[in-house]
Amino acid sequence: MNVPILQMRGITKTFPGVKALQDVTLNVNRGEVHAICGENGAGKSTLMKVLSGVYPHNTFDGDILFENEPCDFSTISDSEKRGIVIIHQELALSPYLSIAENIFLGNEIASRGWVDWRQTNLEAAKLLARVGLSENPVTPIQHISVGKQQLVEIAKALSKEVKLLILDEPTAALNDEDSGHLLDLILHLKGQGVTSIIISHKLNEIRKVADAVSIIRDGKTIETLRLDQGQITQERIIRGMVGRDLKSLYPERTPTIGEEVLRIEDWTVQHPQDHSRTVVHNASLNVRKGEVVGLAGLMGAGRTELAMSVFGRTYGRATSGRVFKYGEEINTSTVSDAIRHGIAYATEDRKHYGLNLIEDIKRNISMAALGKLAKKGWVDRNEETVVANRYRKSMNIKAPSVAAITGKLSGGNQQKVVLSKWMFSDPDVLILDEPTRGIDVGAKFEIYSIIAGLAAEGKAVIVISSELPELLGICDRIYTLSAGHITGEVPIAEASQETLMHYMTQEKE
Amino acid sequence: MSALRESMGFLASRLRQVGIFVALILIVLLFQVLTNGILLEPQNVTNLVVQNSYILILAIGMVMVIIAGHIDLSVGSIAGFIGAVAGVMIVHWGWAWWAAIPACLLVGALVGAWQGYWIAYVGIPAFIVTLAGMLIFRGLTLITLKNQQITPFPAELRALGGGFLPDISGGTSVLEWLTVILGVGATAALLIQSIKERRVRRKFNLENEPMAWFAIKTVFIALLMLTITFLLASYRGTPIVLIVLAVLVIVYSALMSNSIFGRHTYAIGGNLHAAELSGIKTKAVTFRLFVNMGVLAALAGLVFTARLNSAQPAGGTGFELDSIAAAFIGGAAVQGGIGTVAGAMVGGLIMGVLNNGMSILGLGTDYQQLIKGLVLLLAVGFDIFNKNRSAGGGSTLGKRFKWKTTPPAGVEETKPAGKTPVSVAAVAHPASAAEKP
Repeated sequence: MNVPILQMRGITKTFPGVKALQDVTLNVNRGEVHAICGENGAGKSTLMKVLSGVYPHNTFDGDILFENEPCDFSTISDSEKRGIVIIHQELALSPYLSIAENIFLGNEIASRGWVDWRQTNLEAAKLLARVGLSENPVTPIQHISVGKQQLVEIAKALSKEVKLLILDEPTAALNDEDSGHLLDLILHLKGQGVTSIIISHKLNEIRKVADAVSIIRDGKTIETLRLDQGQITQERIIRGMVGRDLKSLYPERTPTIGEEVLRIEDWTVQHPQDHSRTVVHNASLNVRKGEVVGLAGLMGAGRTELAMSVFGRTYGRATSGRVFKYGEEINTSTVSDAIRHGIAYATEDRKHYGLNLIEDIKRNISMAALGKLAKKGWVDRNEETVVANRYRKSMNIKAPSVAAITGKLSGGNQQKVVLSKWMFSDPDVLILDEPTRGIDVGAKFEIYSIIAGLAAEGKAVIVISSELPELLGICDRIYTLSAGHITGEVPIAEASQETLMHYMTQEKE
Repeated sequence: MSALRESMGFLASRLRQVGIFVALILIVLLFQVLTNGILLEPQNVTNLVVQNSYILILAIGMVMVIIAGHIDLSVGSIAGFIGAVAGVMIVHWGWAWWAAIPACLLVGALVGAWQGYWIAYVGIPAFIVTLAGMLIFRGLTLITLKNQQITPFPAELRALGGGFLPDISGGTSVLEWLTVILGVGATAALLIQSIKERRVRRKFNLENEPMAWFAIKTVFIALLMLTITFLLASYRGTPIVLIVLAVLVIVYSALMSNSIFGRHTYAIGGNLHAAELSGIKTKAVTFRLFVNMGVLAALAGLVFTARLNSAQPAGGTGFELDSIAAAFIGGAAVQGGIGTVAGAMVGGLIMGVLNNGMSILGLGTDYQQLIKGLVLLLAVGFDIFNKNRSAGGGSTLGKRFKWKTTPPAGVEETKPAGKTPVSVAAVAHPASAAEKP
């Protein structure tokens, strides 16, 4: 029964300055559903990119054996020829083309360069039947739901005579019903002899479909758990995912926590496009003066969506709920309202949403509060430079001058510019979304110190982070989100990675 | 020695702005030689100013729209339409010029508001809205004029296009003394202002330009202004439209670099999402930009009509392309966020000198179009080259080919940002105040 189809041995992949994968081993047996688990950034997606040829064979070390033959893929099409197909989290479908066209995109049924539409649609219909999707093959992709689009991706994989199907977070964008259907399909395909690798955070899904679970942490394989040996339990997986040593350092702080500054009640947000999905359900939380509150949750739990919808409705639709500041209800329905009420939100994606990368440091710092530097609409540029220089010094922004273009700074220094921008807007509440993403260890400590300093000044700080040790290191209280619900509120004294992960993976019906 | 090197380094960091200015001077010198000195004869310099004034006025509004990441294809039609409206008001209805001019500017504002509404609040791309506007307002021009030109206009309006400031010596002097007074006064004001600003910056301990660079730049600009003053004064004096243009350039340069509105415009063009998340009312800013563009297009239409002394059905055709070209030659970026009013003026003058010089040489419009097209292509191509070069790390000339070894974007993305070294060399100031009108 246990015939290996795929063996990956000693895979090491380095990016400049970072070892993304270190001596990773993965053995997948023919005909099984093999789950890969790990925290955000553990290296799961990198491993799958190595396997599918996204990273060519000479850019990493180690061997891959597929059906007992070595693989040196240079491109994705090399791996697809051998029957390895990857379906990425972001679907690669063209919205205006029909289902059939998408299935055979790049692989058209044609003679002498002319597409045979009759055959294309016929074959597409057969494939749709195999994945249990009853749609007309000529329907444009944009007219079917995301869940059905996911099935089209699988039909596309089947058209390439897939032997090993890799699904990267396949249910992250789906509602419960579609997720259930997709998991059934994976089991159905297993019956037809298709081996699957599924990357997922959702432990209940893994328990439902997986025959084996490999756990990756910090770019290393921790262990492989097998169902037939009774090893797949939620506790075991969580322990594997988080069980690292807490080596990183956090600044010492003794919090002085005062009155409640901000309270959010019954906050509900719908997905901006997919009206059947509610992204945040009746969330309520509060933060007090001088307090650092963490928001923990796995990818897709709704943390950023919650924060951005509160900050001027910059995410979602049909948002409902109430926001109180010092006990009085406030209106935060536009960004300028939110800023006026002393709320600041530093985005998780500073390059796309946080900074004007072609502008210099001083103009980025002044962007959210230009009015403070202006008289009757005219900006005092000398004052602006003075202010920017003050932040450059106090935040230790490493740049030749405040006239340096932010696009050329390192991630840590860019983040300090974003934080300076919001500090200059003089907020009472700062929401920091993944403040240390893409930042090296030294700069992380500086950011933690800045956060501690803000709290000491009496600001209320909310930190969203995927790194649990980070939240445990800097927060006074941590809320957990799972699938849009607040599933727990844990004081720091009672918090551990295991308890948080338990709440983060808890499902509410 | 080190002062010289410092100045050279500073110059390299401002290659684009200095380069375009040097290009203008080279083009002027080239045509001066080719035309045997006709180009810089007093009468021709005056012509150059008057002939290009309406394109330059349009280029001010256009560069602002482009900085915000939009485009306006309708300005030529709007200018033509306003010319027609002025014709009806003044010639048919007998309105006084002082009533008709504000009324025309108001109509321009309404036209701009119409387009700004569709672009900012409905969210239709500016390219589409203004392409429609190009047709709509050309149609309205034809309807208003009933396909016939309206002429003649009273002398007061004509003065806006071809008039000069009065001769205070009563025709007794070779030089127009009012022009000399204005020119010398403006030069002195510029010198004093530059030195004062530099002192303030030193007092606040802010970054300053290297002394040598500052001195050369300031003296050069002062000499240039005095030369133009002398040339204008030895013909018929200062064209009224030059005064209008000078005021507009000063006001709009200040607006773009020092006002909240101007700074929000740069922020929107540089990164719309970041601007929105910083609380900037992006829609209101966009709307106002197009209202402003409408007013400036109306003014350009008035100047053009006044110069021709007639409102014509085809008036303003092609102005949009000249003003867009001026903005891009002057260093504006297609994706927005970068550009200056002063740069657009230099770009407009390059186009104007090319036009004028080639006309003197007797080259037909066929060759003129060909050469202007190539100049636009080269200017923007130089920009792209320059940008790639500095993206390769540093702006020193020794590293000019480094960009070839830069890995493709996909590889760059996966690299953790924290490890990227801080680039010390490339400190460019896309919008700072090196440019004085």
